[in-house]
Amino acid sequence: MPEPLTPPNGRTASEAIGNAGAGGTMDFAASEAVSIGLATAPTARARSLWSDAWHDLRRNPVFIVSALLIVFLVVIAIWPQLIATGNPLACDINKSLLGPAPGHPFGFDTQGCDVYTRTVYGARASVTVGVCATAGAALLGGVLGGFAGFFGGWWDALLSRVSDIFFGIPIILGGLVFLSVVTNATVWPVVGFIVLLGWPQIARIARGAVITAKQNDYVQAARALGAGPIRMLLRHIAPNAVAPVIVVATIALGTYISLEATLSFLGVGLKPPTVSWGIDISSASTQIRNAPHMLLWPAAALSVTVLAFIMLGDAVRDALDPKLR
Amino acid sequence: MDTLLDVRDLHVEFRTRDGVAKAVNGVNYSVNAGETLAVLGESGSGKSVTAQAIMGILDSPPGHITQGKIFFQGADLLSLHREARRQVRGAKMAMIFQDALSALNPVLSVGDQLGEMYVVHRGMSRKDARARAVELMDRVRIPAAKERVGDYPHQFSGGMRQRIMIAMAMALEPDLIIADEPTTALDVTVQAQVMELLAELQREMRMGLILITHDLGVVADVADRIAVMYAGRIVETAPVHEIYKAPAHPYTKGLLESIPRLDLKGKELYAIKGLPPSLINIPPGCAFNPRCPMAQEVCRTDVPPLYKVSQTRASACHFWKECLGD
Amino acid sequence: MGRYVIRRLLQMIPVFVGSTFLIFVMVYALGDPVAALFGDRAPDPATAAQIRRDLYLDHPLWQQYTHYMAQIFQGNFGTAFTGQPVLQLMGSAWPLTIRLTIVAVIVEGVIGIILGIISGMRRGRSVDTGVLVLTLIVVSIPTFVSGYVLQFLFGVKWGVVNPSVSAAAPFNELILPGVVLALVSLAYVTRLTRTSIAENTRADYVRTAVAKGLPRRRVILRHLLRNSLIPVVTFIGTDVGALMGGAIVTERIFNIHGVGYQLYQGILRQNSPTVVGFVTILVIVFLVANLLVDLLYAVLDPRIRYA
Repeated sequence: MPEPLTPPNGRTASEAIGNAGAGGTMDFAASEAVSIGLATAPTARARSLWSDAWHDLRRNPVFIVSALLIVFLVVIAIWPQLIATGNPLACDINKSLLGPAPGHPFGFDTQGCDVYTRTVYGARASVTVGVCATAGAALLGGVLGGFAGFFGGWWDALLSRVSDIFFGIPIILGGLVFLSVVTNATVWPVVGFIVLLGWPQIARIARGAVITAKQNDYVQAARALGAGPIRMLLRHIAPNAVAPVIVVATIALGTYISLEATLSFLGVGLKPPTVSWGIDISSASTQIRNAPHMLLWPAAALSVTVLAFIMLGDAVRDALDPKLR
Repeated sequence: MDTLLDVRDLHVEFRTRDGVAKAVNGVNYSVNAGETLAVLGESGSGKSVTAQAIMGILDSPPGHITQGKIFFQGADLLSLHREARRQVRGAKMAMIFQDALSALNPVLSVGDQLGEMYVVHRGMSRKDARARAVELMDRVRIPAAKERVGDYPHQFSGGMRQRIMIAMAMALEPDLIIADEPTTALDVTVQAQVMELLAELQREMRMGLILITHDLGVVADVADRIAVMYAGRIVETAPVHEIYKAPAHPYTKGLLESIPRLDLKGKELYAIKGLPPSLINIPPGCAFNPRCPMAQEVCRTDVPPLYKVSQTRASACHFWKECLGD
Repeated sequence: MGRYVIRRLLQMIPVFVGSTFLIFVMVYALGDPVAALFGDRAPDPATAAQIRRDLYLDHPLWQQYTHYMAQIFQGNFGTAFTGQPVLQLMGSAWPLTIRLTIVAVIVEGVIGIILGIISGMRRGRSVDTGVLVLTLIVVSIPTFVSGYVLQFLFGVKWGVVNPSVSAAAPFNELILPGVVLALVSLAYVTRLTRTSIAENTRADYVRTAVAKGLPRRRVILRHLLRNSLIPVVTFIGTDVGALMGGAIVTERIFNIHGVGYQLYQGILRQNSPTVVGFVTILVIVFLVANLLVDLLYAVLDPRIRYA
């Protein structure tokens, strides 16, 4: 980390502003979320911070709408049969590119597959990738960033250098290079790749939040009273540093879903027979003049899903950031 | 004597999410040319809000002036057109803020910020304005003004920054200066110097000065008159030496008694009991009654008018006589 | 300042080596470039060995890397799958991508800042809410979706523009692709500007400016905007590198033969000189852009001092 005079959390100017990360989609709300770290004060207040936030959230229509949407998406991802009785892989080439028909409200794609069924089944891949990649990145980034912020020194310097390396690789490009090697058609290589390139962003937020929390007077007091490092970290610092990480992770979840679709679109993400919105949009793109419905439904489903997670993250951030009250 | 500023029955409220906060509830005061009026009160007493209303820099929304008039050199400021009002600001009346570090623009040099007054109000060229800025800095005794005119606010010490604030307010030799806690943010040793400078410049230019403070110590040396505010109203106004001798309002009395004194060392320090009222829910009758040691039944029901105590004094206490007599 | 720049340049070296080596390893793992060269035919073993020696492939990976980097810094980027030198490919690809990036930066800067100012100064009103909702929607639509939709609407349905960009790619043909590339950043710039304006509107120094009797225009332009735009300008600066790297999707949709297109082709054809060459330059651009932004920050905000 460069030592020059830097904005609050000891980051350099450019780092403070955008998380510089190459994929434009990844860094949407990161820097805005940083400020929450400053807002979380003592443990006593942390508790009221959470209950205050919950109080606010329950009354926030944005939160209610996005939460309901997400619950719906998760249910559909687990049990697509609930609303789609067909088989997404059962296709009839004779029906290629046909428009809506009874029982097939969204029409058919090039192979004559039912677009409605495929759109419903596509939720599974997106939600799986989004949730798993976020969990992985948040865990890895949160722990590494938290330790770096807490212990400082060479551990911190090493982490900063390593995350700089990952920030130096444009994300879509990295995906192309990394994933074109992989032949495994499951979601796991994609999840692994996203975790690999996503954790530094979360580590950076966690690091900043921990450094801020560490400087609080009550933490200094706990240290003066002889609290051990583990106890300090778990009891006093972690509860306060978790809020910004949660916010960034929620928003990141939406962007990860978008990223998975982009990679699948480019042909290096998920591969058939996995049903994915990205793949369907890619095959629809060549037929856009003849069959715009093929593009419309998976694209709409994808955008609404991403929107739901970003909105949720936004609502949570507003609730956790007293500055905006 | 010429009345420079005359505030009459001013009411200001803030419409917030939690309710309407009545910050100023019928303030009357006047300032003569060359006079120093100290406005005293706790935070939330409405002293700063009154000043902002006079300057026309009230945050609106949520702040609204709901009633009253502000006469400045005979004209009602509140009925002036926006552009006419702007021309008064800075040129005829100016304001000194408490925290110069945040009140000065961090990314413009002090020379630019001082010179701006001349560029905007006098139409001077940037070069001439710069020269005037150096003169101003000399005048408020900033060492090496010529070399430092291009420096930024954060490069100066707290005392020097406050001098720059003062210089900015004095730039166009206004007739009225409002200083809102000008020394509160400074070290004690620097406070006196800055206060002295302010008083000296005021005497020289014969300006009216409204000195807003909660520090009774500052007041005694420089003020001619004092107005004490509580819960958005003036509770007592008097010439400075008289008020120290014999306050005519129990609140003023409480304030004076809560100053630590060497001759009473070892005795328990007096403190006004209770807390200032919430402006959203001001108690009926005299706003001070829940905290007042002299409160009677009438205080809980009737709002005391500003009783005339003498030619130069007034008190908003039903029992001002008893208070004086103590 | 000079010492700071030197230190930063030195700090860039490990990052540069790390990023390029990572990519190099991955590209190496892509497969056997010699086999790729011959396609379906089985190469003659002697020829293959000769090519391997020529391409330095008979050495351990790290030696290949150092050899390759040494070549690059002598201006020798190797040969692309078309048989063209990679350098020549760059000569035709970079101008296109740079032009596309310029359009995108202008779009995101101008529109993003204007929208951000409008919504920041009318915080809480309906315009503000509208802009906020719009930014959320824009961020939620992946670039490849918005790209195809806009291409379909403007290029096919309404015929306002040519759906694919010609080989020369003049600026006027790059407006739509530039908008598509900029969209997500545009939303980000809007939000950043809005937050910054809203915070600074309540700042004490803005109140001072009003108390000085400055005209509203001057208060806004010279005091409010000057301060509020510092983080925005620096964000746009960092975004330049990201836009160039993110142009792959846009260039594919609009058939622009820029850096992203060449990289994509290089990866599909398993041509490591193309991939590593372009990536190396991209990483350098990215790092230099970050350094410039930090320096710019110091110029814009005198409180930041780099010693």
